[in-house]
Amino acid sequence: MIVVFVESWNNQFKKASFEAVSYARSWANTAGCGVRAITSASAENASQLAQYGADEIATLELAQTGAGIGAQLAGLVGDAQGVVVAGTAMGKIIAPTLAALTSGALSTNTTGTPKSTSPVVVERGAFSSKGIETISLNSGLPIISFVPNAIGIKEEAGAGVMTSVEASGADKLTTNDVSVASGKVALPEAEIVVSAGRGLKGPENWGMIEELADVLGAATACSKPVSDIGWRPHSEHVGQTGIQVNPNLYIAVGISGAIQHLAGVSASKTIVAINTDPEAPFFKAADYGIVGDAFEVVPQLIEELRAFKAAN
Amino acid sequence: MNILVCISHVPDTTAKINFTADGSALDPSGVQFVINPYDEFGLTKALHIKEAQGATITVLNVGGPETEPTLRKALAIGADQAVRINATPTDAITVAKSIKNHIQANAYDLIICGQESIDYNGQEVPAMVAAFLDLPFVNACVGLDINGGSATAKAEIDGGHASYSCSLPMVVGGKKGLVEEKDLRIPNMRGIMTARTKPLAVEEAEGGGHTAAVSFAKPAAKSAVKLVPADQVNELVRLLHEESKSI
Ligand SMILES: Cc1cc2nc3c(=O)[nH]c(=O)nc-3n(C[C@H](O)[C@H](O)[C@H](O)COP(=O)(O)OP(=O)(O)OC[C@H]3O[C@@H](n4cnc5c(N)ncnc54)[C@H](O)[C@@H]3O)c2cc1C
Repeated sequence: MIVVFVESWNNQFKKASFEAVSYARSWANTAGCGVRAITSASAENASQLAQYGADEIATLELAQTGAGIGAQLAGLVGDAQGVVVAGTAMGKIIAPTLAALTSGALSTNTTGTPKSTSPVVVERGAFSSKGIETISLNSGLPIISFVPNAIGIKEEAGAGVMTSVEASGADKLTTNDVSVASGKVALPEAEIVVSAGRGLKGPENWGMIEELADVLGAATACSKPVSDIGWRPHSEHVGQTGIQVNPNLYIAVGISGAIQHLAGVSASKTIVAINTDPEAPFFKAADYGIVGDAFEVVPQLIEELRAFKAAN
Repeated sequence: MNILVCISHVPDTTAKINFTADGSALDPSGVQFVINPYDEFGLTKALHIKEAQGATITVLNVGGPETEPTLRKALAIGADQAVRINATPTDAITVAKSIKNHIQANAYDLIICGQESIDYNGQEVPAMVAAFLDLPFVNACVGLDINGGSATAKAEIDGGHASYSCSLPMVVGGKKGLVEEKDLRIPNMRGIMTARTKPLAVEEAEGGGHTAAVSFAKPAAKSAVKLVPADQVNELVRLLHEESKSI
C-alpha cells in the first residue's frame, strides 16, 4: 500500500490534496500495489478521492497542527510501502515529523514521481531551483513530500472502499486563533501567479495587479523589498528567502529579476516579464517579455484578457 | 534561560551554483559561505530575548571544520558559545539526531532553527528535532513572545496566519518576521575581537543515513525570451493561449 495523507480544511480539499492522491496512484502503479487515502474530511466528501485513484479511503478525527497529525499518522502507516504528503505549509511539518517518528527516508521538495521503486529514487529541487538533486531513499519507510503543481491532478478510478480508523496522539500546541483570507488563491499552490516589484512605485498602485490576478484566477505575489517596506504583506514575498512557487504561469511586473528573486520563481513553467528596462535581468529568465511601462501595459493586458475570457 | 540557535552554513544567495564534474556534489570553488538567511532572524531574536530578560545563547552547526568561520561570525554577532557537531550533513534525519543528542545532554528552554536551509531546501531538520524530543513545534514562525515558562507564537500557514501557545521548551522554525529585517545584527569590531576567545566545542555526530544523493544537475537553460511590442498586448495573450497553453 502507498498511504497518502489528504489534507482538508473545514471539510474542504485543496487542489494539492487531489494531486497527492494522483501522486500516490502513480507511485502505486509502478510499485504494483494499492493506494490508501487518510483524511479528516467527512466520508461523504472523501468518497470522491476514488476518482483520483484511492482504493481505500480511511476517514478519522485528526489533530489540528502538522506536528500533531504527523504523530498520529506514525501510528497508522504500519504496513505501508510508502507515504505521500503534499508540500503545503502543513505538509511541510507532517512529513518530517512522520519521518522522525517512523525512522523513515524522506524526500521533500520533490518535483517528479519515482524513477524507480526499490530503492525509491526521485528528483527534488535544491539550491533554490539552481540545482536538481536525484535522491535515493535507502533505508526505512520511504516518505515523499512533493511540490504542489509538480505533477498535476490526474483522474484514474480506484476501488474507493470506505473505512474509518482512529488515531492516538494529540497537539502539543494550543491554537489560539487562525485567520485565513477567504476567496483568495493560496500562493504555493496557485497555477498562475501575478507578481509585482518596486517598479510599481507605491502600494496604492496594486489595484491593477489585483485586477489582473482576478481576471486570471491567480494569486498575487511581490518581490522582497516590496514586503520589506510594507507595501505588501510578508506572506506575498517570493524568492530564495520567501515563498518558492512553481506555477504554470508567472507574470512579473516591474521586478528587475535579481538572482535571489529568480531562485524562488524560475521553476515556473512559463514566465512573462514586463519591465521598462530592456536590460532587466528578468528578460534572460523569461519566456515572453514586454519592454514597456507597467502602468500602460497592465491595464491593456487586463482588457485583452477579459476579451479573451469572454470569447473562450 | 538557555537558547540554542541552529545555524546552517550555506552558499551566499548571489552564488553561482556548479556541481563537481561527476555530478556527485556541490563544487564549492569560488562560492562564499554565509549564515543561512533564515537563521539570521533566529539569532537576532535570541539576542532580543537575552537583552530583555537574560539568556545564554549557544549556536550549533552540524558540519565539517570549514563551517567554523560561520560559527565565529555568529559569536561575533553576539552568541555566547558555539558547538560544531563534526559530520558532513548529507541526510536530514541524521543531522536531526545529532542535534537531538546534543539537546538531551544540555538543558535548553528554547531551540530556534531556520525554517529552511537555502542549500538543500529540505525544511526537515526543525520538525524532526521536535518530534525526536517530543517538544512543541512552530514552523514558519513570524512572531514569538516568551512569558516565563510559556510562549505564544505566530506562524504563517497557507493563505493566512495562526497563533499558538505552548509551554517551554519548544522548537521554532523561524523566518523573516521573527524579527524585522532592519533589526538584523551584523558583527561589529568589538564583537569580532571577543568572538575569537569565545568557546567553540566540537562534538561527535550520530552516524548512519537513510537517504543518499545520487547526483546533482543544473536545470536546462531557457531559450531566448520572445519579446512582444508594448502596443501588441493581444499578441501576448495569443501566445499564452496557443503556444505555452498557460491560459
Ligand atoms: C540575502 C538576500 C536575500 C534576498 N532574497 C530575496 C527574495 O527572496 N526575493 C526577492 O525578490 N528579492 C530578494 N533579495 C533582494 C534582491 O537582491 C533584489 O534587491 C530584489 O529582488 C529587487 O526587487 P525589485 O525587482 O522589486 O526592485 P528593483 O531591483 O528596484 O527593480 C525594479 C524594477 O522595476 C522596473 N520598473 C521601474 N518602473 C517601471 C514601470 N513603470 N513599469 C515597469 N517596470 C518598471 C525597473 O526597470 C526595475 O527593473 C534578496 C537579497 C539578499 C541580499
